[in-house]
Amino acid sequence: MERRTIFGGRLLPAALVLPQLALTFFFFLWPAAQAIYYSVERQDPFGLNSQFAGLENFSDLFSDPLYLDSVQRTAVFVVCVCALSMAVALLLAVCADRELRGRGVYRTLLIWPYAIAPAISAVLWILLMHPQIGLIGRWLNRVGIPWDYKLNSFQAMLIVVLASAWKQVSYNFIFFLAGLQSIPRTVIEAARMDGARGARRFRTIVMPLLAPTTFFLIVINIVYAAFDTFPTILALTQGGPGKATETLVVKVYRDGIVNLDLGSSSAQSVVLMLAVIALTMVQFRFIGRKAAP
Amino acid sequence: MTDALRRDWPAHLVLLIGVALFVLPVWLVFAGSTQSPAAISRGELSLVPDLGGLSVYRDVLTRAPPGASPVWRMLMISAGMALAIAFGKIVISVLSAYAVTFFRFPLRMLCFWTIFITLMLPVEVRIIPTYAVMSDFHLINTFGGLTVPLIASATATLLFRQVFLTIPDELMEAARMDGAGPWRFLRDMLLPVSAANLAALFVILFVYGWNQYLWPLIVSTDPKMDTIVIGIVKMIGTETQTEWNQVMATAVLALIPPVAIVVLMQRWFVKGLTEGEK
Repeated sequence: MERRTIFGGRLLPAALVLPQLALTFFFFLWPAAQAIYYSVERQDPFGLNSQFAGLENFSDLFSDPLYLDSVQRTAVFVVCVCALSMAVALLLAVCADRELRGRGVYRTLLIWPYAIAPAISAVLWILLMHPQIGLIGRWLNRVGIPWDYKLNSFQAMLIVVLASAWKQVSYNFIFFLAGLQSIPRTVIEAARMDGARGARRFRTIVMPLLAPTTFFLIVINIVYAAFDTFPTILALTQGGPGKATETLVVKVYRDGIVNLDLGSSSAQSVVLMLAVIALTMVQFRFIGRKAAP
Repeated sequence: MTDALRRDWPAHLVLLIGVALFVLPVWLVFAGSTQSPAAISRGELSLVPDLGGLSVYRDVLTRAPPGASPVWRMLMISAGMALAIAFGKIVISVLSAYAVTFFRFPLRMLCFWTIFITLMLPVEVRIIPTYAVMSDFHLINTFGGLTVPLIASATATLLFRQVFLTIPDELMEAARMDGAGPWRFLRDMLLPVSAANLAALFVILFVYGWNQYLWPLIVSTDPKMDTIVIGIVKMIGTETQTEWNQVMATAVLALIPPVAIVVLMQRWFVKGLTEGEK
């Protein structure tokens, strides 16, 4: 869509976009370019010299079983977090969409968790699930289920999935509820008159009309689970025990900031950037948000 | 049992369980914060807060272990960071959206796409190189370092652009007829018309700024610059002799400001979020 009437002048609009462009350049584009540069360089072990290495860092990366493990682990983690948080949110949204007494209160009580930081979510889960001080953690041990997410890989994965999905439910709830509310009542009524019962009405009428919302949320949840859960994992398990909860972002952090392996971590950053760009394209291609000014 | 209740009880039940899932953990942590650390270590957490233990809040706010900030200072830094990011993003996004919507200038499309491609690029994927840029600018351990790099925002620019595109051409023609220049049009027309979007975005960005973890972890190593989120994860980290009631009190204090803003501005926030991102 183009506007017909506009203001004249060239200097003023240039000055108006300048701050945004400058920040974008210095803190997005320049670092991204640096990451690409370092990803094709190879440094000596002392970090004194470097030379052009082509795609060597990338081929090393994709033949490194540790990296491929991390890719697989991240995929499992992302699928679990998305499925769990979206399923719970959809169930709650369907209930909250009905003409219930007190639904305003329910909605507020389900929306406020949007404000919980991923790191704080981890802290709450530690305080509940800690094998010594956590209420649930202690209880599990008392009834004979050995529970220690700091030693058991499966339990570590379970708790980071739960803490990450828990924090994201309210976001998904807000969108599912908005999606449900935008379905005209008359459509639902018509289906009811035709004799479609609850579950069937939901599957054949509501789900298709919710498809754009669902699709949008899948993309957003993938990005959330893959990237924004970093603080949750770092605070809960630091990626451990061993590498049991080391997702790709945790690995970039460990390799780059902790182990100072610049070449490999830059190559990993570039791979992640490509993944994010691909997701952005998918989002706009299929959801059809108008992108051009 | 009324008819409505007989028909709706499954929905009520699901919603009550859902609410409990979020309220109970926070309540447990609040109740725990008022109990003695010894009792917590023995696993004797009570669901009923001990009112005498509320003094822990005064303690954590003002006193700090050596090498750490007191909680009030961390809360101030978090508040400053959240407000600076929210206002900063809103100002530069309104200006850039205004420029690409209401003006024609060379390279306008290039400017737009430059902003657009950063849309979903989270800080997590450019950790290392951004750190290098930060130290080149001498922004490590400064308030500017905490905030300025997070102020660039493609999302907010796109949102305002969409809002501005819905302004009818007639409105602008009328304004120009009355002799309004670009600044007056922005101040007297556009900003009032988009007030609801501004409020919604403020909530979203305040929460975003308050909840940052990775960024402050990287750019500030000095405990004087610790935000509350950084501070509490540090407290958990030294697990051997943790005063768990203090950790719990700090967690409650860290939650209150963003939750209060979301609840108080819920109506605008939900509308702005769902309209803006779709």
